[in-house]
Amino acid sequence: MNQASLECRHISLSYGATPVLRDVNLKIEPGEFFALLGPSGSGKSTLLRLIAGFNQHQSGELLIDGQDISGVPPHLRGVGMVFQNYALWPHMTVWDNVAFGLVERRESRDAIRRKVGAALELVGLQDYGQRRPGQLSGGQQQRVALARTVVIEPKLLLLDEPLSNLDKQLRVQMREELKNLQRQLGLTTIFVTHDQEEAMTTADRMAVLDQGVLQQVGTAAGLYDEPHNRFVAGFVGTANLLEGQVSALDGDTLVFDAQDLGRLTLPLPAEPPAPGAATLAFRPHQIRIAAEGEPADADRVWLQGRVEAAEFLGEFSRYRVRVGEVALVADQPHYAGGAMFPPGAQVRLGLAPTQLRYLHR
Amino acid sequence: MPVAHLSTAARAPRASAGLGPWIAFALILAFLLVFLILPVGTVIYTAFVTDTGALTVGHFGNFFDQLVFRESFFNSLWVALASTFFASVIALPLAYLTVRFEFRGALLIQTLGVLPLIMPPFVGAVALQLIFGRSGSVNLLLNDWFDITIPIMDGLVGVTFVESIHYFPFILLNLVAAMRNIDGAMEESALNLGARGWRLFRRVIFPLAMPGYLAGAALVFVKVFDDLGTPLVMGVTNMLAPQAYLRITSVGVDDPLGYVISVIMIVFSILALWLAARVMKGKDYATLQKGGGALQKRRLSKWEALLAYGWIALVLAVVLAPHAGILLMSLAQVWSFSVLPDSYTLAHYATVFSDARGMMANTLLYCVLAAGLDVVIGTAIAYLILRTRLPARQWLDWLASAALAIPGLVLAIGYLRLFKGVTLPGSDQLVVQTWVLIMLAYAVRRLPYALRSCMAALQQVHVSLEEAAQSVGASRLSTIRRVTVPLMAGGILAGFVTSFITAAVELSATLVLVSTESQAPMSLGIYLYMQSIAGRGPGAALGVLAVLVVGLGTYFSHRFVERSRATVNPSAKA
Repeated sequence: MNQASLECRHISLSYGATPVLRDVNLKIEPGEFFALLGPSGSGKSTLLRLIAGFNQHQSGELLIDGQDISGVPPHLRGVGMVFQNYALWPHMTVWDNVAFGLVERRESRDAIRRKVGAALELVGLQDYGQRRPGQLSGGQQQRVALARTVVIEPKLLLLDEPLSNLDKQLRVQMREELKNLQRQLGLTTIFVTHDQEEAMTTADRMAVLDQGVLQQVGTAAGLYDEPHNRFVAGFVGTANLLEGQVSALDGDTLVFDAQDLGRLTLPLPAEPPAPGAATLAFRPHQIRIAAEGEPADADRVWLQGRVEAAEFLGEFSRYRVRVGEVALVADQPHYAGGAMFPPGAQVRLGLAPTQLRYLHR
Repeated sequence: MPVAHLSTAARAPRASAGLGPWIAFALILAFLLVFLILPVGTVIYTAFVTDTGALTVGHFGNFFDQLVFRESFFNSLWVALASTFFASVIALPLAYLTVRFEFRGALLIQTLGVLPLIMPPFVGAVALQLIFGRSGSVNLLLNDWFDITIPIMDGLVGVTFVESIHYFPFILLNLVAAMRNIDGAMEESALNLGARGWRLFRRVIFPLAMPGYLAGAALVFVKVFDDLGTPLVMGVTNMLAPQAYLRITSVGVDDPLGYVISVIMIVFSILALWLAARVMKGKDYATLQKGGGALQKRRLSKWEALLAYGWIALVLAVVLAPHAGILLMSLAQVWSFSVLPDSYTLAHYATVFSDARGMMANTLLYCVLAAGLDVVIGTAIAYLILRTRLPARQWLDWLASAALAIPGLVLAIGYLRLFKGVTLPGSDQLVVQTWVLIMLAYAVRRLPYALRSCMAALQQVHVSLEEAAQSVGASRLSTIRRVTVPLMAGGILAGFVTSFITAAVELSATLVLVSTESQAPMSLGIYLYMQSIAGRGPGAALGVLAVLVVGLGTYFSHRFVERSRATVNPSAKA
């Protein structure tokens, strides 16, 4: 089984004067299913193409199993890539598409027949060998592209936005299949996506990129619960972000001077933040929203506000609540019979102290 | 999203390309230098030096001092401008009809757009003499019925007539393409704001189609200005190209006036193409949005239909005249001073097949080699430009395309001058006496067509198809062989056919470069036959064969292009 590790050390790349990747450091373990997550223009695809050998970094090292492969042409890297548009060759049958890499490797006729058959069976397309790619559905094309890549037993499997060209239902199904396939083959796999849900449900670990800078690496829960900075907090899930100043830390309370909201006195967390500028972050669903005069839960810190807008989303209702100068987003779980607060209603928002995060970048 | 992502990918610096592209670059550059730039440079240089090698503009003074040259210059200019004008007059209504109206004539118009192009103009000229000439069918009839004749085939008017009929498709095709790219919303918003009818056409539609029109018109101007065969066949020698040809062939390769004329022709060709590009700079009017519709089509009213079909019928009749004429001529035993031939025979075809087999073989040999060379170079240039980051790779495109502005006559004169006295390596055979230069002249002249075709073909191939091959272990060469070229095949084939058929009817370079009769290809054969009354029958038979070859070639190249589009872009899912 091919299980290779990948390491990026101080990788930088720019197109002309525009930096696209800045000092990226990353280690991916053998057999890991790893996601590169970021908005468009974050450099995630560039990083993937760089690993495949289609882009060349200007500085830094790129190591597979400890060996620097910078400058090795793509076809000698043993890195298989599945393209966003699948890139199936329209002038060949499905069988010939899958056999392509084996022919390049001068494998024997027998071996090719056996391996192509096995690869097509793996993706459930054993009966489709003689079709042309144009005769297949999007999902089937995706599978052919996968079979074509895994058949050469690459050290690394790269997937560029593998699910973006599928419709929503198929996407969920393909996500499962990808995960199973990866487990079955044990291939070290890296995939690029802009969809946080896709990354969180599929990957063992992920890296969040923004503007060419690696923001944070971790598991889905790790990134969600302990974001390192504002970008990660906002990109992985939804977050309320309050700019301010951590000033007095004394006894079991701390004081946070929120720029647009005023002074908050909060319980001191187990790991107290450093005094100085910070961003207070918390998730909409962690807020309890209550009507005026409702009995208040003493464990929470309560703020007064007025509902500006309300959206009914099924599982929950999402409110935009004006508190001082800022608008906070708060979610309220929905059950049949539960009434919604109308816009203009005076409400109170209860923040759960254990869920508050102080971000310093 | 995917679009933005792909464009980023395309800008990315690529992994080092290795030595291969550099070698290809150097070879192509060397080829273009030796067989295009240096010959043309020599021509220009020769026009500006005296016998002793001193720089001078005296030859130009000498040129304009002589009445015959001044007259030739203005005649050429006049004929080129008038032909462009009349070609526009023919093409504009036809283009408008196809794009604008829902009617069955559209297919006819498309046919109209190709028919003239498949017949070399000098062949058409001979046939038109028989039909529209002083004692041609039409004038004989007119004389019988109304006692009048129309001298439309005489002198400069005749040349203009022949050239307009032959070249209007360049304007028609470009204009139709441009008008098809206009978003219907452009028209609708103009309607919405109160413009309609003729004003709508003049103020909105025509300006939007202007780039297409100008591109076509400039091409017509250049082609007519440089044409040698038509005036020669029609016996009009007081124009620039015939004068240059006569100077070089009668006075000799060292006569500076031939070079002066060549320089003037190059300057005007470049000027016309440059002006068209210049006027339209930054005005890419392809406004059709994704999801937007083309111009709205509507049905013709009764009177409009009558007018439309009338115009189409008239143009079709005139355009088909040379084809009909040449066919009749090839089958006629005697055809003179009569509306139709007196009796028919197949003897001319027999003559052609026994006498002119060598010419057909020559055409096949030169044109297959030239077209082959063109698509090899075209594919290589397309690959270098679109798939590598070599510095100055764009130069190859510019250099190769520059051949568009070089008249065949000028290139041929340049070859004669540049390779004067040069022998083939390893023998004492003079290069200018071999057929190699004829073939190379064809190749260089047709390279722009093949190049455009190859570029378009490669642009259709998504880069990721090649990257996918590399990512499963194919080297760059292997990728080109197994993925890139097979996917480009349709476009390459179309380029080959275009080069082949246009080279097959090239006359001006051929006239100058053929040194012995055994080297003559069909195009020259037709010309030579047509010189004598007795040779007209066989000449016409040869012409019919050439038209057939070119017609079939055009048909198949269209088929190739369509089929390759279907394979490369089955449903364009991504």
